[in-house]
Amino acid sequence: MITVTNLTKRYGPTLAVDNISFEVKKGEILGFLGPNGAGKSTTMRILTCYMPPDEGKATVDGLDTIEDSLKVREKIGYLPENTPLYYDMWVIDYLKFVAEIRKIPPAKIKARIREIAHLCGLDKELSKSIGQLSKGYRQRVGLAQTLIHNPDVLILDEPTTGLDPNQIIEIRSLIKEIGREKTVILCSHILPEVQATCNRIIIIKDGKIVGSGTPEELAAQAQGGEEIVYITINGPQDKIQEQLNALEGVQSCCLLGSENGSYRFEVKSKQGVDVREALFRLVVANNWSLTELMRTHITLEDVFKQLTTEEN
Amino acid sequence: MRNIFAIFKKEFRSYFNSPIAYIFITAFLVFSGWLFFRGFFLIGEATMRPFFSILPWEFLFFVPAVTMRMWAEEKKLGTIELLMTFPLNDYEIVIGKFLAAFLFLTITVLLTFPFPLTLFYLNKPDIGPIIGGYLGALLMGAAYLSIGLFISSLTENQIVAFIVSIFTCFALFIIGEQIVLTALPSWLAPIFSFLGLGYHFESIGRGVIDSRDLIYYISVIIFFLFLNIRSVESRKWR
Ligand SMILES: Nc1ncnc2c1ncn2[C@@H]1O[C@H](COP(=O)(O)OP(=O)(O)OP(=O)(O)O)[C@@H](O)[C@H]1O
Ligand SMILES: [Mg+2]
Repeated sequence: MITVTNLTKRYGPTLAVDNISFEVKKGEILGFLGPNGAGKSTTMRILTCYMPPDEGKATVDGLDTIEDSLKVREKIGYLPENTPLYYDMWVIDYLKFVAEIRKIPPAKIKARIREIAHLCGLDKELSKSIGQLSKGYRQRVGLAQTLIHNPDVLILDEPTTGLDPNQIIEIRSLIKEIGREKTVILCSHILPEVQATCNRIIIIKDGKIVGSGTPEELAAQAQGGEEIVYITINGPQDKIQEQLNALEGVQSCCLLGSENGSYRFEVKSKQGVDVREALFRLVVANNWSLTELMRTHITLEDVFKQLTTEEN
Repeated sequence: MRNIFAIFKKEFRSYFNSPIAYIFITAFLVFSGWLFFRGFFLIGEATMRPFFSILPWEFLFFVPAVTMRMWAEEKKLGTIELLMTFPLNDYEIVIGKFLAAFLFLTITVLLTFPFPLTLFYLNKPDIGPIIGGYLGALLMGAAYLSIGLFISSLTENQIVAFIVSIFTCFALFIIGEQIVLTALPSWLAPIFSFLGLGYHFESIGRGVIDSRDLIYYISVIIFFLFLNIRSVESRKWR
């Protein structure tokens, strides 16, 4: 549905997007993840025909963003960063305006607005001025605007910034629901958001793609193989440490702290080995007491941190 | 056409969504009414001449105020990114905005109708200069509008747009005025006088409508609308 090939964009001396290529298939919800200034918004601006790339090319449904700009724009619903809106307009007038521009037949505009308002939870806000709405409702107006012409492609640039946790969850599930029949690109620097809504993730940093795949694939990609187990044992310190190190499958172990005769260790296991059971048996065999045993998975957060803070 | 109309409606309505429009219309009417009736009662002149002769100067402040926010505000709010990613041609947006400003100006100017009515009630004034004066006022106002609209597209600060528009209109107006003309070499004077925004206004205001005057204003309008389209497009350059 969307193909991006060797896209490059500079703002004067700043290289905002550096030769990136990716593809989004029909029906996919793609998370476009990256720290501030990574070039997410710039990429979206190019895809939505707001500005042309310096090099490379982007197509939507086979149409070039420069040559068939108007047709591409017809297919896209775009929510720019920070949800720009005309604060002095009424919600209903604004949606009417967008509906007219989106070439919805005049006779159908009213019904369509009611439908969309209902979907976005705006039924009661239609006859308010946009400036009077709370931030969350403004966000909904922004979303309603992107959906009014039932576009094939949705491009949402940080659609949940500034919302309270409840609204974030609501907006996310709305996006997920809408995304079932559409191709969606969701830009964000919030991990759980992307994790909760997207089928595939592209991680971008300094204008370059540093990782891509499903959340699981990414985790696997970043994982060195070992797992980390936190264990707290009440017993003699020296002996515990010695025995832990001697245990089969343990790669390394280090003391994190102690409290009232309990010692907390971080145990790194060898690749693909689950040492929890062995650890438990060890404690039982020595008649120590176990107060904590926890294994951590490498989360997407770690992947993100790892991919976006690495010096290269 | 439908696109232009949609933009036009949105822009025109936005004037009345805030109190600014009402304040400006009132200010314009009070100010020109005061000038008109002062001339009328104090000097006893039963003509619209003082009103029309001061109009270019009033427009200098009024028209930039009408156009200052049209692009600057879009840039400041970021709505320009929405507008430019709607399936619209740049020229449709520019024309829609211009027409909305023009209708607003026309309404404001036509709201001065009590002035000529007063004259007709008390006297038998010459109708030609009145019609010509209004026509000239609208054409000159439209030229100012296209300049102000273009300048608004160059900044995201309304106040900057306002002040720069005043100076630009002032410069284009003053080059055709006597003060400047006398300082110029004699071969340049007629050219500058022709280019000045005020010269044609006076000429139409005499009640004789010459095609050269119409063509002049229409060219100025088209020229600045064209510059406006280019400046909106400029984000695509580099
Ligand atoms: N209009 C502009 N003029 C100059 N530089 C810009 C402009 N817009 C963005 N940049 C620069 O381009 C780079 C990428 O910016 P972009 O807005 O695409 O980042 P982003 O990934 O959207 O970040 P964020 O998460 O903060 O929104 C940044 O270094 C930024 O400073
Ligand atoms: Mg951004």
